[in-house]
Amino acid sequence: MSSSPVTGSFPVKRGLAEMLKGGVIMDVVTPEQAKIAEDAGACAVMALERVPADIRKDGGVARMSDPEMIEGIKKAVSIPVMAKARIGHFVEAQILQSLGVDFVDESEVLTPADEAHHIDKYKFAVPFVCGATNLGEALRRIAEGAAMIRSKGEAGTGNVVEAVRHLRSILGDIRRIGTADSAELFDWAKKLQAPLPLVQEIAQTGKLPVPLFCAGGLATPADAALAMQLGAEAVFVGSGIFKSETPALRAKAIVEATTHFDNPDILAKVSRGLGAPMTGIGMDEINQRYAERGW
Amino acid sequence: MARIGVLALQGAFAAHVEKLVALGADVVEVRRAEHLIGLEGLVLPGGESTTMSNLLVSSGLEHPLRAAIDSGLAVFGTCAGMILLSAHILDGRDDQISFAAIDATVRRNAYGRQVDSFECDLDVASLDGPFHAIFIRAPAIERLGSGVEVLASWNGRPVLIRSARVMAASFHPELTSDSRVHRLFLDLVESQLAVR
Repeated sequence: MSSSPVTGSFPVKRGLAEMLKGGVIMDVVTPEQAKIAEDAGACAVMALERVPADIRKDGGVARMSDPEMIEGIKKAVSIPVMAKARIGHFVEAQILQSLGVDFVDESEVLTPADEAHHIDKYKFAVPFVCGATNLGEALRRIAEGAAMIRSKGEAGTGNVVEAVRHLRSILGDIRRIGTADSAELFDWAKKLQAPLPLVQEIAQTGKLPVPLFCAGGLATPADAALAMQLGAEAVFVGSGIFKSETPALRAKAIVEATTHFDNPDILAKVSRGLGAPMTGIGMDEINQRYAERGW
Repeated sequence: MARIGVLALQGAFAAHVEKLVALGADVVEVRRAEHLIGLEGLVLPGGESTTMSNLLVSSGLEHPLRAAIDSGLAVFGTCAGMILLSAHILDGRDDQISFAAIDATVRRNAYGRQVDSFECDLDVASLDGPFHAIFIRAPAIERLGSGVEVLASWNGRPVLIRSARVMAASFHPELTSDSRVHRLFLDLVESQLAVR
């Protein structure tokens, strides 16, 4: 006797996030790039029309990708395919779910559609990943049903400083909550503007209830290993690969660096001869901080 | 206590480690050849089998791992790990690694994409009460050799199989709080040690 199967439940959504741990999720804009990413060992690809560096350069409104383009990428690879919806744009998410993407990224890299509300992610069978700059934001997204959190960093800059800031903020507060007494947890919930039960759960377990990945500005194998050593469980690399001189080589090197993140000898070996990384920009040179989008 | 390696190149290895430690095993995360020394059992976790194939080659782990498996080590593969252990892989990539440790034919992503992923209760041979199983973009077992025993099935298809020293599952026993399937593997490790 077997029970009837349940799809789209939280354990099933979270399960895919578990499978992506220790891996690299790469931004791709064509089926050809998706193949390069898969050949290099990406554990998933993020299908989008423009990488963040180009969105930043071109300006204008950034939206969900054309379904035709997403389907082309789905056909090209056998690894999971993710795609981005605008913050609060639940119809874009409905369309992505209908296309059969494996994960929806409710992403600050696209222009937000709603300045107060994120998507109610419990209404979907497809899992969601959301960005966060701090623990409160992460817990609000989890309360809405996100099955994975990625620290936001600053996409399209090739500058890892914001990714480090956000990871340290999230993980530092988790460590501090671990030493708080039960009365202090009420104050933490208030300060973080986060649901008390989630704060209490973190105090018990010492970790987020969903996997924590790192995104935004990673451009080198060393950047990926830095995120992993700080406590990220996997990394997203956006513009960093296909805006570099040798995407295939760099992609493979970043995959190896993410696995062997605590082995400097291997990191030294894989960091060699990769050509120029993406140029990158300083935080004082940009006029739009994507990380500030999200509420 | 048995010394168990968990292949830790990519995927859900941490959940396996946690479960085996809780059962009292001496657990080693395997990322390089030297981590294979002295192992009495090995777990190949879920994750992306193409990613793991790549990393097995680049880390120089492929040949020593194959030698360890061929020498009679007890092995347990879940999802992508089952694909790596199976003799024949359908819908895989041409360059995908197979350790051919169990006489089975498996098809990658046969249960569909993530929106088709599911959880359900299984009856597992020798276990009392249902085992709750989570299937994530799961591979299906399409053919079994004669020496392979079916421990659980779903919709008429085998999903948990065992040979003399290899266990393989389409689903993820590491993702629930139930440790009984891991216990079955540790029993297999013990019995394999007795004959080695």
